[in-house]
Amino acid sequence: MFYRESGVFKTSYAADMALMPLPNTRWAVAALGVLFIVIAPLACDEYTLSVLNLILIAVVGAIGLNILVGYTDQVSIGHGAFMSVGAYTAAHLITQLHAPFWIAVPAGGLMAALIGALVGIPSLRIKGLYLAIATLAAQLIIEWTINHVSWVSGGTQASIQVGPPSVFGTELTSAWQMYLFLMFFVILAIVGTQNLIRSRIGRAFIAIRDQDIAAEIIGINIFRYKLWAFAISSFYAGVTGVLYTYYLGIANYEQFQLDVSISFLAMVIIGGLGSTLGPIFGAIFVTLLPIVTRRVLESVGGLFFAASDLSAVIPSLRLAIFGGLIIFFLVMEPEGLNRLWRNVRNYFRTWPFSY
Amino acid sequence: MPELDLNFTLLLISSGLMIGLMYALIALGFVLVYKATDAINFAQGEFVMFAAIMAAAALGANLPFWLAAAIALGGMIAFCFGLERVVLRKLLGRPVISVIMATIGLASLIRGVATLVFGAGVRAINLPISDEPLFLGPVMLPPVQLVGAGVSLVFLAGFTWFFLKTRMGVAMRAVADNQTVSMGMGINVQRYFALAWALTGVVSALGGVIWGAMLGVDNQLPLVGLKVFPVVILGGLDSIIGAVVGGLIVGVVEALAAGYLDPLVGGGTKDFAPYVLMILVLMIRPYGIFGRRRIERV
Repeated sequence: MFYRESGVFKTSYAADMALMPLPNTRWAVAALGVLFIVIAPLACDEYTLSVLNLILIAVVGAIGLNILVGYTDQVSIGHGAFMSVGAYTAAHLITQLHAPFWIAVPAGGLMAALIGALVGIPSLRIKGLYLAIATLAAQLIIEWTINHVSWVSGGTQASIQVGPPSVFGTELTSAWQMYLFLMFFVILAIVGTQNLIRSRIGRAFIAIRDQDIAAEIIGINIFRYKLWAFAISSFYAGVTGVLYTYYLGIANYEQFQLDVSISFLAMVIIGGLGSTLGPIFGAIFVTLLPIVTRRVLESVGGLFFAASDLSAVIPSLRLAIFGGLIIFFLVMEPEGLNRLWRNVRNYFRTWPFSY
Repeated sequence: MPELDLNFTLLLISSGLMIGLMYALIALGFVLVYKATDAINFAQGEFVMFAAIMAAAALGANLPFWLAAAIALGGMIAFCFGLERVVLRKLLGRPVISVIMATIGLASLIRGVATLVFGAGVRAINLPISDEPLFLGPVMLPPVQLVGAGVSLVFLAGFTWFFLKTRMGVAMRAVADNQTVSMGMGINVQRYFALAWALTGVVSALGGVIWGAMLGVDNQLPLVGLKVFPVVILGGLDSIIGAVVGGLIVGVVEALAAGYLDPLVGGGTKDFAPYVLMILVLMIRPYGIFGRRRIERV
C-alpha cells in the first residue's frame, strides 16, 4: 500500500523537479486536504474555527516573510506596516468603490508590494543591522502617516469599517464560510511559494542568501532580486492585511503595530527559516501561544495568583513566555520546529529497518 | 506656523540639548556592545527600564538613594554578565538576524517578567534634589534634566578616557578592531566581550535612574530605547563621540519638531522626526558622521 524509497530512479528533469516526488507525499497532501477542507469546517465549533481562521491568516503572512528572511536573508521589521498598507488600500476600495474581494485582495497586495519595494531600495547599500533599522523606521513612519493623514486613515479613530466579502453573491458571514475563504488563499500562498522557490527567481534568492558576492559574479542582478524579494514578501503581507480586515470587519492601524512585525519574525524563526513548512508551524505556534497561555492560566492560575491579579498577570506572562521561547529556539534549535519535524520524518522514513 | 520666538526657540534648543545628552548616554550602551562584539542590542530600552525598576523598588523599600542606585548598578552588571554567558556567547558566529531576534525576544522577556514581579503601576524615582527649575535668563532648566545631562557628560568623558588611556580600554578597542589578531596578542577575547556587556549594564543603570526620575518608571519607559537607533545611525555605530553628537542632534531636532511642527500636524512629530532624519542619513551616509567607513559592494 505504501511505497518506500529504495534509491533515486529519476530519469528526467521533470521528475526531478516534481512538486511531490513521492507517492507518499501525494497521499499525505490529499489526506491533509480532506481533513482541513472537508472535515475541519464540519467538525469544529464556532470558536475553534475562529482560532483556525486567525492561524490561516498568520500562515499567509509568515510564508511571505519567510521568502524575504528565510530565502533571501534580508531582515524586515516593517511587515506589520506593510500589512496595514494592504489593509487600508483594500478598505478604501471596498467602502468607496464597492470592490469585490478578487479586486481588493490583489490590490492591497500590490500596494503593499510597491511600498515594500520602496523600503527595500536602501537594501542595495546597506545590509544586516542597517537594513533592520531602516525597516524599523519604515514601520514607525508608515504607522505615523496612517494615524495622522486623514485621507489615508479614514477619519475618526483611524479605522474603516468593512463588510464581509461576498463570493458568487453569497456574503461570507459565518465562521466556516470565512474558513474556506481564507483556506483558498493559504493554499494559493503555499503552492505559489513552492513554485516561486523552484523557479529562476527563487534560485536567485537562495544564491543571494548563501553568498551574495558569488551570486553577483555568476550574473545575478542583486539589486533587482533583492527588490523582488521585498516586493513579493510585502505582497503577501498586504494580502495578510486585507484578510485581517475582512476577518475583523475593520481596518485599524493598531492591528499592525511593531509587535505584529515582531511576532511574524518570531513565527518565521521559531518555525524554521528557509522552508515551506517552517512558517506554517511557526504561525500555528505563535498564534496558539497566547490562547493556550490564557486557557491554562484561567484554569490553574488561581493556585498561584489572586483572582484579581490574574487579568494583569496573563499579558505579562504571555510576553515573558514569548520572549523566552524566541531565545530558547535561537540558542537550542536554530532551525526551528521544522527541524524537529524533519528529525521525526527521517526516522520513520526508513523505520523499522533504519540501518 | 507659530511665530519664531527667540526665547521659545532657545528654550527648545536648551532642553533638546540636555535630553540629547541623556539619549547619548543610552546610545553609548548600544555602541559599546556593537563596537566590541558586533552584537546589536534591540533591548537597550528594556535594559533601562529594568534598571529603573530595580532602583524604584529599592527606593520603595525606604533605602537611601545611593544604595538604590548601587543596587541598580550591581543588578544590571550581574544581569548583563549572565546574559552574555547564557545567551549571546552561544550565538557567536550566527547570522546577524539571530542576534537581533534574540535581543528582541529578550526585550519582551524583560518587559513581561518586570511587570510580573514588580507590578504594572507607575513608580517614581525621586532624586535627592529640589524640583525648582533654574532660570538662566529666559531659559528654564529643570534640575532633573540638568543633573541627567551632567551625569551623562561625566560618564561620556569617563568612557572616552577609559578607551584611550587604560589597559582594558585599549584591549577592548583591539578586540573591536580585529578579534583574531587580538587573540594572537594574548587578549582574552571572551573576557572582553563579557566586559563590554557589563559596561552596557553600567550605562543602562545610570540611564535607568535618570530617565526613571524624569519620566516615571512604568512599561512605557522602554520606548526611550527606540530613540537609540536614530542616535547611533546619525553618529556612526562604532563611535562614542558619534553617540554624543547624534544624541545632541536628535534631542534638538525632536524638541524643535515638537515645538514647531506639532501644532501644524496634530502631535506625534517628536517620535517621527528623528526617524525621517535617520532615513536620510542611511541613504546618503550609512556609516554615520563619525562611523568607520566599511566598503561593502554588494
